[in-house]
Amino acid sequence: MYRYDEFDHSFVTQRVTQFRDQVARRLSGELSEDEFKPLRLMNGLYLQLHAYMLRVAIPYGCFNARQMRMLAHIARTYDKGYGHFTTRQNIQYNWPVLQDVPAILDDLASVEMHALQTSGNCIRNTTSDQYAGVATDEIEDPRVYCEIIRQWSSIHPEFTFLPRKFKVAVTGARTDRAAIRVHDIGLALKRNESGDIGFEVYVGGGQGRTPMIARLICEFLPREHLLSYLEAILRVYNQYGRRDNKYKARIKILVHETGIDEIRTRVDEEWARIKDSALSLPADEIERINRYFAPPDYENLVDQPSVLAAMRFEHRDFDRWVRANVVAHKHPGYAIANISLKPIGDAPGDITAEQMDRVADLAERYSLGEIRATHEQNLTLAHVRQDALFDLWQGLDEVGLATANLGMISDMIACPGLDYCSLANARAIPVAQRISTRFADLERQYSIGELKLKISGCINACGHHHVGHIGILGVDRKGLENYQITLGGSADNAAAIGQVIGPGFGYDEVVDAVEKIVNTYVDVRTSCDETFLQTFQRVGMEPFRERLYAA
Amino acid sequence: MTLQMMTASRLLDGEVVYLCDDGTWSEDYSSARVVADSAEVAEAQTIARDAERAQTIVGAYLAKVGRADDGTLSLLSMKETIRATGPTTRRDLGKQARV
Repeated sequence: MYRYDEFDHSFVTQRVTQFRDQVARRLSGELSEDEFKPLRLMNGLYLQLHAYMLRVAIPYGCFNARQMRMLAHIARTYDKGYGHFTTRQNIQYNWPVLQDVPAILDDLASVEMHALQTSGNCIRNTTSDQYAGVATDEIEDPRVYCEIIRQWSSIHPEFTFLPRKFKVAVTGARTDRAAIRVHDIGLALKRNESGDIGFEVYVGGGQGRTPMIARLICEFLPREHLLSYLEAILRVYNQYGRRDNKYKARIKILVHETGIDEIRTRVDEEWARIKDSALSLPADEIERINRYFAPPDYENLVDQPSVLAAMRFEHRDFDRWVRANVVAHKHPGYAIANISLKPIGDAPGDITAEQMDRVADLAERYSLGEIRATHEQNLTLAHVRQDALFDLWQGLDEVGLATANLGMISDMIACPGLDYCSLANARAIPVAQRISTRFADLERQYSIGELKLKISGCINACGHHHVGHIGILGVDRKGLENYQITLGGSADNAAAIGQVIGPGFGYDEVVDAVEKIVNTYVDVRTSCDETFLQTFQRVGMEPFRERLYAA
Repeated sequence: MTLQMMTASRLLDGEVVYLCDDGTWSEDYSSARVVADSAEVAEAQTIARDAERAQTIVGAYLAKVGRADDGTLSLLSMKETIRATGPTTRRDLGKQARV
């Protein structure tokens, strides 16, 4: 886990005090909305369609049972009894009252949490692999570097007013589960020929109205230079990034318009100046932070204990859950258990206070008290003994959290859309709910296989539709909701932006359209082993288009 | 002739409110003041500006509205419908839950 040091403690406490005063001055009229808005955004507080919305930071998605209980307490005391996990591994509340927000921030601070850098044109919460430290394909634990980036980027004075927001993602595994190529900076840990640890650095990825896959800027960055190199990139962006047009202000536009080679030259020039400065990371400092993430004392166990096999044999639903939601752990006898926040027909990412408390209890009992939020709006328990999986599953099932659909079509990312968001043009959640209900039969979902469907309610693409195998973008067409469908997007190692299949569909037509696409895939795939993406790459758009728009 | 109403978010809790004939702000659009000509628009804008200065509301704007022969008002976009009722996915939340 990350740990607050004395700087974090005193800073967060100061900020809460300041914000309490700012709210009081806003309510007394001393501050106008124009003056107050940037202050509230620096504390994660937005004004949305029906109410304020508070986004709470979860550094690289890692938190503990005590913090989860506090999140439940906040949902119950100040909100409407639920929260919503986001694609930046954060959680947001949709109904807080302005006056209560300082008290909420106090409560968060009491468990080492806050809402800093969850909004505004700063370096946002760094995201990572939810299987960090336990994945079987990991080169090195990415959380160490996420934590170093957190400490460096927290209220960094030079990067508090960037041209636009700035998002960093880190993966330490061979399989990219953190979508690093659609981030402003993506970092992939690697080992070079001499066995040294460093990073492959990507820059200029992003979604929004101009989606771009990040470009490789550095093939191997020795780890001790991580911060100086990031600072060099940020400086080049801060200096040359456009500020005249917010839609062209992200670093992806700068990289695209300037060219990756020229950007590399400028970054290298800046880097040469600061490379051996105080930003160098001494090995002992990396080691000190590494100890925060020291592997727990795992017991000596064997894989596939007989009790697991017996329970899987006896309980079909448990067996399905293990198949779909449980992933191999690097230590024998342990497993990674994913908690789907996509129950059939429910809003993706939503969780009630009661469910939060249950997850906290189960995390304490079965996963060393640790919880991770994933960018796909699910939760992960990373250290579960295989012989405890059945008990865990029962505990989840009692509160409706045992849906066995991880990676399936009903495990969608969806943004809050027009039901909550003041930027949205169309609803996203009810579209997700109807698709989920249409494909409610889990056996049908398994026979379709892995399929990532992602829905955004506007071009800002918070629902990651550009990188969905099937992407859905809601737009406003002459006052009516209309949904454009893209195929072939991907957020993994072979990241790709989806292509628009053709004219969009109305709210009442979009679920049928999705089903036709899925049925086409099932009909034309060579075998069950050929994934949706492989089929799409082999046959292209035409068979899908033909079926979808057949008269 | 385009009919409009002045709507905003209440500063304290972000609740959607509508300007009424008597200059107060209601949570319910059915009693909203309807403005049609430029003089009425200007007057509504002045009241909204004053209410913003008085820390009552934020983010005021004019939204198009329909009016039936019997005077009943109707909302003309999905966004305004959702603002006036609550999330379509959660009938237990927002204004609709209080009806």
